Amino acid sequence: MLIKRPDDIKPSEITDEKIHLHRRRFLKTSAHTTLAAVAGIHLTDLPLKDAAAAVSLGKITSSPLSTDEKTTVFKDVISYNNFYEFSTDKEAPARLAKNFRTSPWTVSVEGEINKPAQYQLEDLLKPHQLEERIYRFRCVEAWSMVIPWVGIPLRDVIKRFEPNSRAKFVEFTTLYDPEQMPGQRRRTLNWPYVEGLRMDEAMHPLAILAVGLYGQVLPNQNGAPLRLVVPWKYGFKSIKSIVKIRFAETQPQTTWALAGPGEYGFYANVNPQVDHPRWSQSRERRIGEFFKRDTLMLNGYAEQVAHLYQGMDPKTLF
Amino acid sequence: MPKFVKPIIFLLCLVPLVSLVWSGFHGALGANPIEKVTHITGDWALRLLLLTLAVTPASKVLGWGFLLRWRRMLGLYAFFYAALHFLTYLVLDQFFDFSEIGKDIHKRPYITVGFTAFLLLIPLAVTSTNTMMKRLGRNWKRLHQLVYVIALLAVLHFLWLVKADNLEPLIYAVILILLFAARVWLQRRGKAIHHPAEKTASVNRFLG
Repeated sequence: MLIKRPDDIKPSEITDEKIHLHRRRFLKTSAHTTLAAVAGIHLTDLPLKDAAAAVSLGKITSSPLSTDEKTTVFKDVISYNNFYEFSTDKEAPARLAKNFRTSPWTVSVEGEINKPAQYQLEDLLKPHQLEERIYRFRCVEAWSMVIPWVGIPLRDVIKRFEPNSRAKFVEFTTLYDPEQMPGQRRRTLNWPYVEGLRMDEAMHPLAILAVGLYGQVLPNQNGAPLRLVVPWKYGFKSIKSIVKIRFAETQPQTTWALAGPGEYGFYANVNPQVDHPRWSQSRERRIGEFFKRDTLMLNGYAEQVAHLYQGMDPKTLF
Repeated sequence: MPKFVKPIIFLLCLVPLVSLVWSGFHGALGANPIEKVTHITGDWALRLLLLTLAVTPASKVLGWGFLLRWRRMLGLYAFFYAALHFLTYLVLDQFFDFSEIGKDIHKRPYITVGFTAFLLLIPLAVTSTNTMMKRLGRNWKRLHQLVYVIALLAVLHFLWLVKADNLEPLIYAVILILLFAARVWLQRRGKAIHHPAEKTASVNRFLG
């Protein structure tokens, strides 16, 4: 699958027209942006409604992996967030994360790799071209959104670290800073938040590290400045505000699996046939819609990722 | 207590509903309005239920007999918000999908107990009139002691649905336990006071 391509190929040559038109509309909104330092993080007065202070990214290419479904309105994407580090109330992170410091930001990369290092976020992103990825996002609580993320393929970043043959899993850790993250002052979860992927999952072209959405720098409440997005898994797998990436031979102990081993597994693949012990997963409420819609196997990405789980008991994949 | 206090409490109990409707018309219910309406009506059903339970012990401890005149109204408001909560689930959340609702009630413990609590509230609301009180006589009190079971189920309903943060339902659980304890304590104290009298009465009966 073609993921990266030289800049001189116009998106219209690869992308179907409908998506392309959508993309043009989108690029227009982030018009006056230039490629600034790496991700081109610089302040502009973007005329996007409801955005208090929009921070836009540099040049963003489109991706054939994007869905052409109608995206969830920006205001809902940035005001309805499960981010327990700030609060268990979904509307509170937008308020409580307002002054969260995302710069400077260091990501420690360690474990079974040839090139362990402490990266400044800018250096981590520098060699990569930002892409827009419009993905379905399905929360384990049975609501969903369609979000135009901006990010880079996780696999391209991982390749740079040169994992060795013992690297079977990748573990991600969120920042632990109770001063800034009031939700961490209470032990609602085992802080810091840890998530993980099997190596082949992490190397799948759909998995990305996101630094933005709707053409702008990731709002703090959405996991700024760096988060994971794995669209075929329940949202809690897509860990936010990452400060550590560790490669390991054994399966990481992930936060929700520790909090409720019978309710949240390591894989957490979206599966309408396997209910959460306390509620049904067969349908979901798409934010902005009245009627519930049927949840799709692997959140509609079965064609691309089902092969990763061949021969595994689907019951262990919750 | 002046007569105008009760109408004021009546209107105060309507504030959560009015604010919900107002927010609804002003698009201020957030990204997931159905979830918000479900939570707010459920919150107030539980709060008013516990408030109703607090009336009797509070009136005894404080010696404020007038509180008892508000008890029925508070209890009916608890039922009113519980009914709105249930209707939100039935109409907005499930949109009359009875097969899905049946599965929920059967398979999800938090819905099983929540639904049971709501069903049990219905006979209490129906028998809340003066006529029914008279007609049922002593049985009325027995029937209405169900309210403790209902409150317990309602707290469990809340406790079993949260994902990780139990703080809020646990606060309600502690309040319920305190109300239970107060009731038991008041009953014992009452008995201790009545005990000598009862003894005299039985002695008199024996002598008589």
